[in-house]
Amino acid sequence: MLIAKVVGSVVASQKDEKLENLKLLVLQVHGHENVPKDQYVVAVDSVQAGVGDMVLYATGSSARQTRLTDGKPCDAVVMAVVDSWDVGGDNVYEKWAG
Amino acid sequence: MFLADVIGTVVTPVQHPSLESKRLLHLRCLNPDGTPTGKARVGIDGCGAGEGDRVIVLDEGNGGRQLVGIPNAPIKTIVVGVVDYLETESGDLAYSHTQREPLGSLND
Amino acid sequence: MYLCRVIGRVVATERYEGLEGVSLQIVQPLDEDGNDLGGSQVAAVATSEISTGPGDFVTCVDGREAALVLPETYVPVDVAIIGFVEEATNRGALVRPAAEGA
Repeated sequence: MLIAKVVGSVVASQKDEKLENLKLLVLQVHGHENVPKDQYVVAVDSVQAGVGDMVLYATGSSARQTRLTDGKPCDAVVMAVVDSWDVGGDNVYEKWAG
Repeated sequence: MFLADVIGTVVTPVQHPSLESKRLLHLRCLNPDGTPTGKARVGIDGCGAGEGDRVIVLDEGNGGRQLVGIPNAPIKTIVVGVVDYLETESGDLAYSHTQREPLGSLND
Repeated sequence: MYLCRVIGRVVATERYEGLEGVSLQIVQPLDEDGNDLGGSQVAAVATSEISTGPGDFVTCVDGREAALVLPETYVPVDVAIIGFVEEATNRGALVRPAAEGA
């Protein structure tokens, strides 16, 4: 999984019918130092994440292993909302800070 | 599948139960001409390969699970063959097991 | 499978059902000499028998197989820690993960 920030949502009315009723989020990938990368991905939301949240997303066939995405043309799914993380014992991100 | 050199072994005393009594090999992934791709992998020994061998590696889950015969094993990387020799398009030997040294790159 | 060192951990309360209680660690993939390859990932820890923390030397599996090691196997997980490395060799020499900050 990779850490990413939810930077937006996508609405597309013309799409594969299997994608109907799925919430699509735009994610910007962050490194473990919480530095944003120039790398974006559109992912299906499975955990009620919102814009501004830091999340974890899974890719590939693992992304289809949810009740929402089973058998659907989806290769990225948000599977957790991050509260905090630390690297080498030092806190890098805290959701509720400030 | 891809080619790799066995550069050593990996010992993991604490591991998922499906890996118990499996020998793990440290692999350097190669291009067909024998140059390293920069990637390294850890694979299960499926054919009695050892350090110094050039091998064929399967890196795909379904095939891997069939080989070890455990339906739900988290097994993906398996060494499935030891390369005897590798012939290029022109018929030259790019690698020979008996010499254990690459016979030079394709452009030589 | 590939070698990694554990560099941190992630706390996430809200997660996909079936992932409750699964520990999430930040891992740094390593090259054959134990140097960082960049591109850190977040990995689920396979079994409760494997207790890992920053600095640990581990093996990871990626792709759909990663989910197979968890208590609930039909979950969206694409990297998992499946073993704790005691010893790895590269042409006779011991491979050690690069020291923190090196």
